[in-house]
Amino acid sequence: MMSNNITITIDGIACEAQEGEYILNVARANGIYIPAICYLTRCSPTLACRICLVEADGRRVYSCNARVKDGMNIVTQNEAILEERRAIMEVYDVNHPLQCGVCDQSGECELQNYTLELGIDSQHYAIPDTKRGTADWSSVLHYDAGLCIVCERCVTVCKDMIGDAALKTGPRGGDPLDKSYKATMPKDAYSMWNKLQKSVIVPSNGTEYTNCSDCGECTAVCPVGALTERDFVYQSNAWELRQIPATCAHCSSGCHIYYETKHTAIGNSKEKIYRVKNEWNYQSLCGAGRFGYDYENSSAVKDKTAFDRAVAALQKADTIRFSSMITNEEALMLQTLKETQGVRLVNPDARAFQSFLRAYAEASGQGIYPDDFKSIMRESDFVVTVGTKLRNDNPNVRYVFNNIQKMNKGAGIYFHPVGDALVPTFGKNVETFEHKPGEEELAMHLVLDLFADREALPDSVRKTIEAYHEPRTRTVTEKVMEEVTVTETDPETAEEKTVTKKVPKTVEKEVEYDHNGLVEALGGDAEHFDEIFGKMMNKKESFALILGEDLYFHPRADNLARLAALIEDVCAMKLAMVPPRSNALGVALICDLDAEATGYVVGYNAPGDFILSALGTGDLDMPALNQQEGTLTNMNKRVVPTNAALPYGGYELNDLMNSLGLGKTLTVDWTTSLPEDRGFVAIDFDALPNGYANDGQEHRGYLLDVPPAEKTATEIAPFDGDGVLEGQIAYRCNPQRQFSDFTDKAHQIFEPFALYASPEKAEELGKRVTVVFDRGSLELDVIVDERIRGDIVEIPDFQSNKNIYALFGDNRYATVTLRKGS
Amino acid sequence: MSLEQFKNRNVGVQHYRMLDLSHTPQTGWGQFKQVVRRTLSLELFVGLKVTLREMTKALFFGKMHTTKYPFEKLPVGPRYRAIHEMKRLLESGHYRCIGCGLCEKICPADAIRIETAYGEDQRKQVQEYTINFGRCIFCGYCAEVCPELAIVHGGRYETASEQRASFSLFDDMLTPIDRLKEQKEFPGYGSVSPDADKRIHKTPLAY
Ligand code: SF4
Ligand code: SF4
Ligand code: SF4
Ligand code: SF4
Ligand code: SF4
Ligand code: FES
Repeated sequence: MMSNNITITIDGIACEAQEGEYILNVARANGIYIPAICYLTRCSPTLACRICLVEADGRRVYSCNARVKDGMNIVTQNEAILEERRAIMEVYDVNHPLQCGVCDQSGECELQNYTLELGIDSQHYAIPDTKRGTADWSSVLHYDAGLCIVCERCVTVCKDMIGDAALKTGPRGGDPLDKSYKATMPKDAYSMWNKLQKSVIVPSNGTEYTNCSDCGECTAVCPVGALTERDFVYQSNAWELRQIPATCAHCSSGCHIYYETKHTAIGNSKEKIYRVKNEWNYQSLCGAGRFGYDYENSSAVKDKTAFDRAVAALQKADTIRFSSMITNEEALMLQTLKETQGVRLVNPDARAFQSFLRAYAEASGQGIYPDDFKSIMRESDFVVTVGTKLRNDNPNVRYVFNNIQKMNKGAGIYFHPVGDALVPTFGKNVETFEHKPGEEELAMHLVLDLFADREALPDSVRKTIEAYHEPRTRTVTEKVMEEVTVTETDPETAEEKTVTKKVPKTVEKEVEYDHNGLVEALGGDAEHFDEIFGKMMNKKESFALILGEDLYFHPRADNLARLAALIEDVCAMKLAMVPPRSNALGVALICDLDAEATGYVVGYNAPGDFILSALGTGDLDMPALNQQEGTLTNMNKRVVPTNAALPYGGYELNDLMNSLGLGKTLTVDWTTSLPEDRGFVAIDFDALPNGYANDGQEHRGYLLDVPPAEKTATEIAPFDGDGVLEGQIAYRCNPQRQFSDFTDKAHQIFEPFALYASPEKAEELGKRVTVVFDRGSLELDVIVDERIRGDIVEIPDFQSNKNIYALFGDNRYATVTLRKGS
Repeated sequence: MSLEQFKNRNVGVQHYRMLDLSHTPQTGWGQFKQVVRRTLSLELFVGLKVTLREMTKALFFGKMHTTKYPFEKLPVGPRYRAIHEMKRLLESGHYRCIGCGLCEKICPADAIRIETAYGEDQRKQVQEYTINFGRCIFCGYCAEVCPELAIVHGGRYETASEQRASFSLFDDMLTPIDRLKEQKEFPGYGSVSPDADKRIHKTPLAY
């Protein structure tokens, strides 16, 4: 999207702005305050509240949906505007229950704030109240219609950001407004009231339950106490809670969060996390981040004998196996152990990602993928994903995909073997390809075919692509006007006469078209794809390609990385990759990883002969990530700090390092030693900021600055079809909201460790199956995931002791035999 | 948000200041001299003068001034501000406290803690409420801030206890249900002002 800098004046202050921005956002970026209730920064304006009313060049506009023009002069407040705003607030207060004393939102309620700010101390309007009850919409959502001001923020965020579109407005059954108000009230307040009086919020699927992703974002954006988290209802007042800025470590999105803590109970002063909050204007969370907060290792004490055994274990260790739920600092400690003691470091997901990144670097000359997800979300209007299960792998990548459809009038192509019922609903220009596992290279070729300048392609690739094209004919039905002669009777004169008329008629016609074999091979509608794609490309300017974990765990990962480099080179597409696990990117940059574990294995949150565990189940306790400070590297290539929310009573990895003579005083003293040749910057932990500015600028840690690599291997091998899997396929994929043992430990996340299948497949399989892999077998319950389509079944890997990586090996897909019953 | 609080990791290093104790004798001889000086100066009897005088009056002239506490107690005024009482609604007998937590917030001694939950009846339920009388300074802020006239001070002034952190639970303070009729109320802090009718704007009603 083009950006042109212009200047506008708001309340006499000259403000820099970009053509096409909303007035409200320009004002916010310049520290000028305009009240606004229904607008959410990254979603579409709904014009439900109308309180953001301002005057632009003397005309009344709503600042949340009026775009700035060069030289515009804006007045944010005058008597007429204030009168309108006061009337709006009075209307919101009509029949709003006077129950701030028990309301969970009290103290952080926008209705309270604006009512006080506008000095509403009396009421001029009245209407009989309607009974509006409470409802539990899901395991986490609690709605109190009595408190709802129908700002529709929940509806908007669920549609424009999350993508579930699980909420809508429904009938309230309220009395119509007294006609006399129309003439006597300010007009915006009247029309706002008119709408308010007709609606409440209901699940959009027509049932009593949302049946959604349970991300809880709707509860976060609700300005009042109407939508709350079920577990938090009446647990604590907002002002009692201490906010700890932190980073969610469940997946690689590394979202900014606040843990909110308070003493556990009257008789127990230990801090407890009551909820997680977010800066919802700039960062959306998923259900794991919002509800999976209580995974701390609470019972840890300093057990000296266990500690001594751990030191001895580390001294004799041949291998350290660890998960990516680890800070950069700890990863650096492990790398130091490797360098000084020669241990092998094993972490399957980070290793696969590391070698993919390396292959990409060798092919492209860039040290890391060039773009980040935030800029893709802001700027791109056409997004393609290959090899990432959008709904499960990384919720924020899915939000990016969805938000592009909704906000940038975008289009998207989703390549994935597992069919999904939700992704196609993100927008009308979303195409999905349910190709076979192993055909990812074909998908990449199709991307090249669609987006690359043919001439710029290397000969071999161009020839491969051209070989898939052939002219064919298809039958189209067309409407033509045909002249027919009919005999009509004039109704007045009863005379018969013949007239010639033109009537529409549908005819079938054979037309020639360019048949794209790639589309056909990938399971698409090759006959009509050119038309579909033409429509998708309409007015598109900025393209993006997102790659995911399927490609890192792929027999031909290197070739895929080279294809990615080629696409980046010739396609004018932004390119970003989804790191497979929490801090997989950090680990991939910091550690030299080995393929196989040998000899005596020390596991850090992973299986081993001696286990260091933040779950409290190992041989020595370690702090969980909500009990530690340190940095994480997120998918936006940002090194972000996290702070400890809860106390921890045991030993840390740094203590073990100290016993080995390798430690530092504090864990965060390692922050400045992170490898600068891999893009880290030597900044003191305490100097790292962790928040957002009013204009949405992210001030969190710093951005990686990975130096370029040497371009060595760019040759692309032709697709040979060897790796394509047929038959019954299992896919290693966690249910939504589950990522690791840590989410599993959290009490509000209960998605079980089971086999997930489409409704039809689940019916076929029955209640329980034995899954037989080449390398072993596993018995699992069968659970229906309503949103899966097709025959592939999903097997989670979030419980590390189930050793699922070993069953799947270096591929995320496996051919398996499913045996019914036990 | 400021991150200052997270940067001080020296928890426990307080700012203690030592008293000026320069007069303490350092040698054994010095200490001995101090004892002799204090004993022979008969300072003790200066302090006891009034006591001895009153004792003589009481013992020999029958002029007794003291109340034989704890066998006798003086009546306290109805607005006495000692140990808190939790009131009930006169009609239903339900406790008045709505669990708003304002008393907990305003308490300058941080003596109040309250636990609430979502009740069976879908209302906010007070599960437990405590005041730590080792901390309470009887300032009356809690009673003043309470929007429900639920908490008030009462006449129970005997706060001595074996433990410093003696506290009261919700049930200890709540008006016993069988004595609901005796529950008293007073105008003043916290209660509706006598001219309330004049001072509010009436909200229109559509019924
Ligand atoms: S939503 Fe806001 S105004 Fe309404 S009762 Fe709750 S705190 Fe009070
Ligand atoms: S539930 Fe909350 S966010 Fe949704 S419309 Fe009502 S007030 Fe707005
Ligand atoms: S929890 Fe998330 S998915 Fe469900 S209704 Fe709310 S915003 Fe939508
Ligand atoms: S799990 Fe991932 S997407 Fe969800 S809140 Fe945490 S970091 Fe964000
Ligand atoms: S201020 Fe009154 S109503 Fe509120 S919690 Fe305290 S005692 Fe209960
Ligand atoms: S914020 Fe603009 S109409 Fe609500």
